[in-house]
Amino acid sequence: MSTHSGEESAPQPAGIVEHLVRDDVERKRFLKMAGSAGAASFGAFVLAACGSSSSSSSSSSSTAPAPATTAPPSTSGANPFGSGDLGILNYALTLEYLETEFYNKVVKAGLFSGKVGSLLKEFGSQEQSHVTALKAAITGAGGKPAAKPNGKFPVSSASQVAMLAYTVENLGAAAYLGQAGNIQSKAVLAAALSIHSVEARHAATLGTLVHKSVVPDGAFAKPADIPTVLAAVKPFLG
Amino acid sequence: MTNHDLANPQLAACEVHGVTRGAFILRGALAAGAVYGTAAVGPFVSQAFAQTGGGDVDILNFALTLEYLEADFYTVKGKQVGLSGQAKAYATQFGEEEAAHVSALEAAIKQLGGTPVKKPKFSFPATSQSSFLALASVLENTGVGAYNGAAPSISSKMVLAAAGSIVQVEARHAAAINLLLGKSPTPTAGFDKPLTKKQVLAAAGPLIK
Repeated sequence: MSTHSGEESAPQPAGIVEHLVRDDVERKRFLKMAGSAGAASFGAFVLAACGSSSSSSSSSSSTAPAPATTAPPSTSGANPFGSGDLGILNYALTLEYLETEFYNKVVKAGLFSGKVGSLLKEFGSQEQSHVTALKAAITGAGGKPAAKPNGKFPVSSASQVAMLAYTVENLGAAAYLGQAGNIQSKAVLAAALSIHSVEARHAATLGTLVHKSVVPDGAFAKPADIPTVLAAVKPFLG
Repeated sequence: MTNHDLANPQLAACEVHGVTRGAFILRGALAAGAVYGTAAVGPFVSQAFAQTGGGDVDILNFALTLEYLEADFYTVKGKQVGLSGQAKAYATQFGEEEAAHVSALEAAIKQLGGTPVKKPKFSFPATSQSSFLALASVLENTGVGAYNGAAPSISSKMVLAAAGSIVQVEARHAAAINLLLGKSPTPTAGFDKPLTKKQVLAAAGPLIK
């Protein structure tokens, strides 16, 4: 099974934020991939994943995106944050920084009160705990934590913020899922999984808030690869 | 862990070789990792798992048993109890999704050359909507911990991808059910705790006849 990752040219690690801000190609790629992902079928994915050449069970197998998890371990070239587990951890750290800043701004804006307000505050502090854990893991592994990006988020109306939070959390869950198969260390994998399911819990909670599905992909959550995720967060990088 | 330690022979039949020990070591290692950093524990953890023998089919069969249980709970028990409103809507939807997990796991097991375990008979101590939801919360949250606990022992990236895709949905179910009960959608805060097989059996085993 082929992946999109081989087509990626790796930008300079240090300039990832600037790269995203400047490069409109990323945005177009995201839109294209998002379109094809809509037709993805998990049945086809499982069958293909297990080495079957049969696609008769699903008419959409040819349009199913290759999950990032099917990539061989040597896909580090697709990650602008670096190779291996450290690159993945820094990618995750960048996303967690953005989520934390988003919730901080939401809480500061005072758009929500009561139970919803306290839930959002709680989610923000959980994202902060992810930041702390990821930084510790990176430093402990001899790496250098990625710099905190500057986020810009529209936080003018409650409904807009709630919808954005739902989108952001779904993207975060898909981002972790997309990396699970690329992680080499079992300890890092266990940590990533324990964060992944919390992002999913956040996403579902926000789904109830905006009256959207708690399981937007149905029974099988879809992964998102790094270029897709970075293109999606690009509008929020200041 | 030997089979006679297990609360239930049905689940013992699909013993995940070494997963309990591996998960136990991993959790200890992660605790150490929090202090020393993951690089310090990496080789230790790899070594621990190398000794376990693994067996993706066994892990998938263990997961299949849990999915049978969840699917049966929502579709059969949900009807018996007589649910209404959001609880009814969730039970219908989540029941279909758990059934889809059953089908996918059966297919994956066969693709790997294994034989899917038979569906056991279940007995659920739920007589009202509130006790149904309370048990749903236990099952979903246990499901999340079970997948998260077993996943690092999975050898095949394909199987890992499938398990990851499913556990995310279990987590979403767990959050939705918890909210309906007025409980926290994130009961263990920022990090879901991986469960050992023994912990999963303690929660799910008594429900198998």
